[in-house]
Amino acid sequence: MTAAAADVAPRGRVGDPFSSAWRRRLPLLPALLYVVAITQLPFLVSIYYSLTNLKDKTQSLIPEPTKFVGIDNYKQIFSDPFFRQAMWTSVKMTVLAVVLSLIVGTLFAILLDRRFLGQGLIRTLLITPFLLMPVVAALIWKQQMFSSLFGVLNKVLTFLGFNSVQFISDHPLGSIVTVLVWQWTPFMMLIMLAGLQSQPSDVIEAANVDGASALGIFRQLTLPHLRRYLELGALLGSIYIVQAFDAIDVMTGGGPGSTNVPYYVYQQSIGGGFRYGAASAYAIVVVIFSIVIATFALRVLSSLFKDEERA
Amino acid sequence: MKRGARLGVGERRSVAAGIGVLAWVVGLLWIFPVAWTVLTSFKSEQDASAQTFHHGLGFGRYSDVSHSTAGTLSLQTAFMNSLVVVAVSTLVVLVLALPAAYALAIRPIHKWRDVLFFFISTKFLPIVASIFPIYVYAEKWNLIGTRTVLIVLYIAINLPLAIWMTRSFFMEVPRELIEAAEIDGTSLVNQLRQVILPIAAPGIAATALLCVIFAWNEYFYALQLNFANGTTMPQWVVSNVSTRGNFLAKLSAASTIACLPVVLAGWAAQKRMIRGLSMGALK
Repeated sequence: MTAAAADVAPRGRVGDPFSSAWRRRLPLLPALLYVVAITQLPFLVSIYYSLTNLKDKTQSLIPEPTKFVGIDNYKQIFSDPFFRQAMWTSVKMTVLAVVLSLIVGTLFAILLDRRFLGQGLIRTLLITPFLLMPVVAALIWKQQMFSSLFGVLNKVLTFLGFNSVQFISDHPLGSIVTVLVWQWTPFMMLIMLAGLQSQPSDVIEAANVDGASALGIFRQLTLPHLRRYLELGALLGSIYIVQAFDAIDVMTGGGPGSTNVPYYVYQQSIGGGFRYGAASAYAIVVVIFSIVIATFALRVLSSLFKDEERA
Repeated sequence: MKRGARLGVGERRSVAAGIGVLAWVVGLLWIFPVAWTVLTSFKSEQDASAQTFHHGLGFGRYSDVSHSTAGTLSLQTAFMNSLVVVAVSTLVVLVLALPAAYALAIRPIHKWRDVLFFFISTKFLPIVASIFPIYVYAEKWNLIGTRTVLIVLYIAINLPLAIWMTRSFFMEVPRELIEAAEIDGTSLVNQLRQVILPIAAPGIAATALLCVIFAWNEYFYALQLNFANGTTMPQWVVSNVSTRGNFLAKLSAASTIACLPVVLAGWAAQKRMIRGLSMGALK
């Protein structure tokens, strides 16, 4: 935000204060203004709401702020056990989904890095879950796989002589994480595949000639090379997965143990709670956490980015 | 040493075959839920619920879901809404992103890096944190339930990604070509049209496809701001879940219809998709 604002000051040459610099900036301005207007302005409004006791008493859907309450909403956050629970659910959901999809995705990438018959076809099939609508992915798992009435998994379990499992009601978090991992593994796989394929082959050859074992090569050459790709995958995956909403809405509707922070904020405001002031305060807290994560993410991204320029 | 190497080659061949088989098994298992859903979409409702195959397969469920009962959201309405929203938003994204990418890649402005990172930082902001103000203003301006509100928001979702992605493709246009065009006094629009676009076209197509995929699959805004007849395909799929009677085969047919366009688009764009997904950091 600040960077963009600072850049608006004209920096043309002496005697040519506007034309050159502004002519360069002009093509950028429509996109920049659009993004600022649609993504930044609502936040300023949210900050304002978070300082009021805005509520929807009349259900008119356009409530007016009633009173300025300062930071009361923010104080309340720390005494709200449900918000703490939602935070903990968010952390568990994101970490589990990111780590598992990264591990499985890396294994898939190692498999696909070899030449075999139908390599392209398998790669194409594997990315399919990532392309599905999140809503459809969640519905497929809920209705076809997990369902206690007609789910394939329970059919298999009972066929093998086990008791059937109420996956979604007994393990809501696990069920949602399963769907997230299923969808995000292909994404991680693509990133790790790019990492594996960018590995300089001459170094590996040299290590081979020197008689290094396959495991040794993997641990000492491949893994360090992949580290930044793992970081990139983890961070980009976190950005999206921390915001998970669709799968929760479709699978559990925010039942116990599966309400993450975005879903909780939604429940508190337009999802039925109508406590707009308080919900806005929660939202701002979420933004602050996101900024912390984003700072790390952008650092990783920018280091990859500089390497790309040097190359 | 020689024997070892030869053994290594033989070993590698059997390992390679094993890896091929393993990859096939893993790949087929991974898409089993998708394959099963497609299969279920051709079954009768009784067979679908029992996970059996007594009545044979057919297109009956596809015809069921495309003929909706009066008063409910029809496939035709939802499809047209999705089509318009996705097409218009993607088009506007490209119109805004191409000049912006030019200013960030080809004749970079001062502090172009900060601007680029500002764009991407907006992707880190949780959508849920801004939904209420957006809702209030959409209501004030009578935009709730319209395609317009979704178009406006989907442009904002996809624009940062598109700028990063097109910038990374623009970087590959040979400098000499652009300099030659500049010396000839070619205008920006003509430079884009005659020099840059022909070279970056495949990348721009991949960018457009990625925007299409994200817009087509978007559910949160569509649910909150557009619940009735103006809404899009994800909501239509969900509307096929019924609390009375069997719906599994119909739901599967609806899911297949709703996902097929973007799955095909994604398959087509897969080679270049990675660059967009990694914000241009990977090739």
